[in-house]
Amino acid sequence: MAFEGLAERLQGTLTKIRGKGKVSEQDIKEMMREVRLALLEADVNFKVVKQFIADVKEKALGQEVMKSLTPGQQVIKVVNEELTALMGGEQSKLAVSSKSPTVIMMVGLQGAGKTTASAKLANYLRKKHNRMPLLVAADIYRPAAIKQLETLGKQIDMPVFSLGDQVSPVEIAKQAIAKAKEDHHDYVLIDTAGRLHVDQELMGELSQIKETVEPDEILLVIDAMTGQDAVNVAETFNDQLGLSGVILSKLDGDTRGGAAISVKAVTNTPIKFAGIGEKVDQLEPFYPDRMASRILGMGDVLTLIEKA
Amino acid sequence: EKTRESFAGRMNELVYKYRKVDEDFFEELEELLISSDVGVSTVMELIDQLKDEVRLRNLKDTKDVQPVISEILAGMLDEGKEAQQLNLQTDGLTVVLVVGVNGVGKTTSIGKMAHYLTQEGKKVMLAAGDTFRAGAIDQLEVWGERVGADVIKQQAGSDPAAVMYDAIQAAKSRGADVLLCDTAGRLQNKVNLMNELEKVKRVIEREVPGAPHEVLLVLDGTTGQNAMVQAKTFGKSTDVTGIVLTKLDGTAKGGIIMAIKRELDIPVKFVGLGEQKDDLQPFLADQFVYGLFKDVLDSPEDVHPS
Ligand SMILES: Nc1nc2c(ncn2[C@@H]2O[C@H](COP(=O)(O)OP(=O)(O)OP(=O)(O)O)[C@@H](O)[C@H]2O)c(=O)[nH]1
Ligand SMILES: Nc1nc2c(ncn2[C@@H]2O[C@H](COP(=O)(O)OP(=O)(O)OP(=O)(O)O)[C@@H](O)[C@H]2O)c(=O)[nH]1
Ligand SMILES: [Mg+2]
Ligand SMILES: [Mg+2]
Repeated sequence: MAFEGLAERLQGTLTKIRGKGKVSEQDIKEMMREVRLALLEADVNFKVVKQFIADVKEKALGQEVMKSLTPGQQVIKVVNEELTALMGGEQSKLAVSSKSPTVIMMVGLQGAGKTTASAKLANYLRKKHNRMPLLVAADIYRPAAIKQLETLGKQIDMPVFSLGDQVSPVEIAKQAIAKAKEDHHDYVLIDTAGRLHVDQELMGELSQIKETVEPDEILLVIDAMTGQDAVNVAETFNDQLGLSGVILSKLDGDTRGGAAISVKAVTNTPIKFAGIGEKVDQLEPFYPDRMASRILGMGDVLTLIEKA
Repeated sequence: EKTRESFAGRMNELVYKYRKVDEDFFEELEELLISSDVGVSTVMELIDQLKDEVRLRNLKDTKDVQPVISEILAGMLDEGKEAQQLNLQTDGLTVVLVVGVNGVGKTTSIGKMAHYLTQEGKKVMLAAGDTFRAGAIDQLEVWGERVGADVIKQQAGSDPAAVMYDAIQAAKSRGADVLLCDTAGRLQNKVNLMNELEKVKRVIEREVPGAPHEVLLVLDGTTGQNAMVQAKTFGKSTDVTGIVLTKLDGTAKGGIIMAIKRELDIPVKFVGLGEQKDDLQPFLADQFVYGLFKDVLDSPEDVHPS
């Protein structure tokens, strides 16, 4: 891991205040400085960090000191609780439409992992929930995008709906729904082309697809390695489409993944799944509490609290 | 249009906002750099350096600071023409190996480079070394068709080192000037995949003396601090000679290359500014630094002369 975790960062301050009856405002300020740096190095957006620090400072100051905890422990506990709360607390489930099929749209920047996530989700729905999804190839732009989805479909023995790359994605999506009804699929997963959030024409295309198929879920797929720009991306996609959730991809890397916090903070939609590999079965439900510790680099918050 | 405007002159507008060189000015500068993914520690060093200069030269007015900012930032990235150009052999085959994590734009950048080199009159061939990802070979083939370059491939799932071997033999026998080698995306913490990459490189080394002449690491401009880890790890296992920084046509700034330059001294050779074959440009330090400040400069409502 490239950066010190918060635990190491706080060690100095903690040693200083150990044995003190209560933490001074100055102590908290020092600790918050370290928290700020840890979060920034983890790629949490700087505006989100600012707000977070302000909130935590207030909470940490206002808190009554629990008998069982030293003041240092108290601050770390608050940081961890607040971060977990910010990450969404509970794990969040996928929508199910009252009338079949449930329609899911995958959206996001180029190379984020949409096509892979579409196949993974289809595989997950069948394996875990015994569903019969239909994959839809609605990326007509990227070279061999359709071929990629078809290959993945073949790997998991799942049908892929395609009309080639000469038909508009809106039309493809529309016909796919009809086909899904005809063949009694209970889920439709639409893989869309990667696009920049500032590309108005292509963003407009997504809105059109949305109007046409009225999806139950619009999932933003975002790369866990994304930096400060994650807020701009998430905010624009959310404003234009109204996201229902997020899939965080490539979490099998060694990134801290602060983008998760940024995205959650600006969209206020849950992160539902995490991609943890390139293979079709490497998708898992997202656990907010684990993510909070990962971002802070405190694998074991409890140990830290014990040390404080 | 995609060419970013010259940095010189435009900085005026930023300094217009802050007349005095005070803490507020530096704080805004600091936030600006952090929001561009430059990374906290590099930002703090840069700001310190800037503050020293300001004190040393006794600068009071922000407009006098402007040239110092560009001097320090752009100076840090500026390589001079030579380091930036591709190391092309004047005589015989040039082999370029392209590496990086998943989805950053390796294959697309190869397509664009092939186009650029073809236009320069080179005979270019492509090696389909990503035998793993679904549709990767087909994707490279579409690019090969687009830009008129032969693609050497084997079946999906075959050994990438064997593909490279084939490709080099084909490039030699067909008299190609440049062979661009695509590889599968891999996260730098996957040890077995990094070993596989080293093996690919060894085959190239063995078949062509002095090759690979370039090992280009493709970094996604939207990536944050992890790009530094990528540069370190790929650098260690494949001796990266240059960086291609992609996806700068969005709102991300790719500021992490400042830290990478500082710590690892790897030159950025190209930037990617879109998905089409023409959307590749040589890296220009001035333009890059202007890009960091673009948003401040481009929003006139922020500018309120006092
Ligand atoms: N290691 C890892 N790689 C992933 C994960 N998800 C996707 N990838 C890889 O990331 C790259 C891009 O994935 P795609 O699914 O093609 O991304 P996309 O968003 O569909 O890309 P575009 O259609 O070009 O916008 C591929 O190499 C995938 O194998 C993940 O969770 N972990
Ligand atoms: N906007 C924009 N998109 C880009 C740029 N470069 C590549 N892309 C897009 O990013 C996506 C991924 O590009 P690829 O070339 O497939 O990336 P890769 O590194 O080869 O991916 P893997 O082989 O799966 O690891 C595609 O949709 C490309 O069209 C760029 O400079 N700007
Ligand atoms: Mg795709
Ligand atoms: Mg590729």
